[in-house]
Amino acid sequence: MAQQRFRLEVVTPQRLLVSDEVDEVTAPGIEGEFGVLPGHTPFLTALGVGELMYRIGGEEHFLALRHGFAEVQHEKVTVLAEEAEFPSEIDLSRAEAEKAEAEADLQRLSHESREYAEAQAKLERAVNRIQVASRHLR
Amino acid sequence: MANLKDIRNRIASVRSTQQITKAMKMVSAAKFRRAEEAILQNRPYSDKMLEVLSSLALRTEEEAHPLLERRDPRRVCLIVFTSDRGLCGSFNASVLRAAERFLREKSSEYEAVPLYLVGKKAVDYFRRRNAETIGQKTEMFGKVTYGEAQTIARDVIERYTNREIDLVYMVYNEFRSALSQQVVFDRLLPVEPMPVDPETSTTEYIYEPSEEYMLNWVLPRYVEVRMFRALLESTASEHGARMTAMDSATNNATEMIARLTLKYNRARQEAITTELMDIVNGVEAMR
Repeated sequence: MAQQRFRLEVVTPQRLLVSDEVDEVTAPGIEGEFGVLPGHTPFLTALGVGELMYRIGGEEHFLALRHGFAEVQHEKVTVLAEEAEFPSEIDLSRAEAEKAEAEADLQRLSHESREYAEAQAKLERAVNRIQVASRHLR
Repeated sequence: MANLKDIRNRIASVRSTQQITKAMKMVSAAKFRRAEEAILQNRPYSDKMLEVLSSLALRTEEEAHPLLERRDPRRVCLIVFTSDRGLCGSFNASVLRAAERFLREKSSEYEAVPLYLVGKKAVDYFRRRNAETIGQKTEMFGKVTYGEAQTIARDVIERYTNREIDLVYMVYNEFRSALSQQVVFDRLLPVEPMPVDPETSTTEYIYEPSEEYMLNWVLPRYVEVRMFRALLESTASEHGARMTAMDSATNNATEMIARLTLKYNRARQEAITTELMDIVNGVEAMR
């Protein structure tokens, strides 16, 4: 089993990010983080906001992910994300600015308004980017 | 005798026009390559999306979601994709002609055919014709983003679920190669899943959280992706068409310069001959 790898593909509407043979994947499912090893039962799940990790040998790679879904098959995992970025692509100062902006909006807006939900989503996204970037950037 | 100075000026003006068309051709070529690349990058996402959607739709009732539901069409919306700028050959003309034909044919069949216009050329064209327009979007083709496709798609979906429109078509230039585009009609709504054979449809999935949830999530996104795809196709076609148009303009200018140069040389020769004759005549007369 140890030698068996499976294919991981991560795509967004804009581009193909990852297409590789990997040993392990963990992804932020909407009902909690899940891990996939070779031979996993096929399933389809919606993804939340969070961090996707994939391991090739001893090497771990990370991606900041925002919404989408993952299809797990026996030899293949396909992740369709609305947005995905490598930590190296994240502009930390911009993410910080967005976070501050979203926090200010949340203070100002009433809880029922549509903008409030939008600001919440924006905050969640900024925080995720900051976490992923700061954790994995040397 | 044609005026030498006139011809010289003419050559200079053609030459500077040629420089412009040549530059435009080069710019379009670069933009075209980028647009083509964007289409290739988008393909895996949209293909996979259709696959997942189809297998989901197969497992659920047709009436499970309003975006799948077929209803008796009364108001049919046509989304017309054109460019903001001209100088791209028959690119806009052919889409507009197809849209016009659609309007003529369908307006007797349905109660109304409201239009959704993308690109300044479509807006200008249909403004003069007083067609019913429910939405428009211009000045975006510098760079097509997913966000923009999302905005249009959400607007259309909202009108569809409010039963303001019952059927949605798109008409746009589909990109074949740098040299050729083809006008195509595509149905956007209701969404039509790919026919899947339940026997061969490989894997029985576990759905998390549920099939309904996934379907609700996937369907609107699929519409967005289709919209994005049409925008990308249209943009690539636009740049391809402009590239071809500017290339032939540049060639025409070369030809014109050659013709004018010939004319110029002839005229110059003629002038010299005439002058010589005058001098010879003058000398003869002095004797």
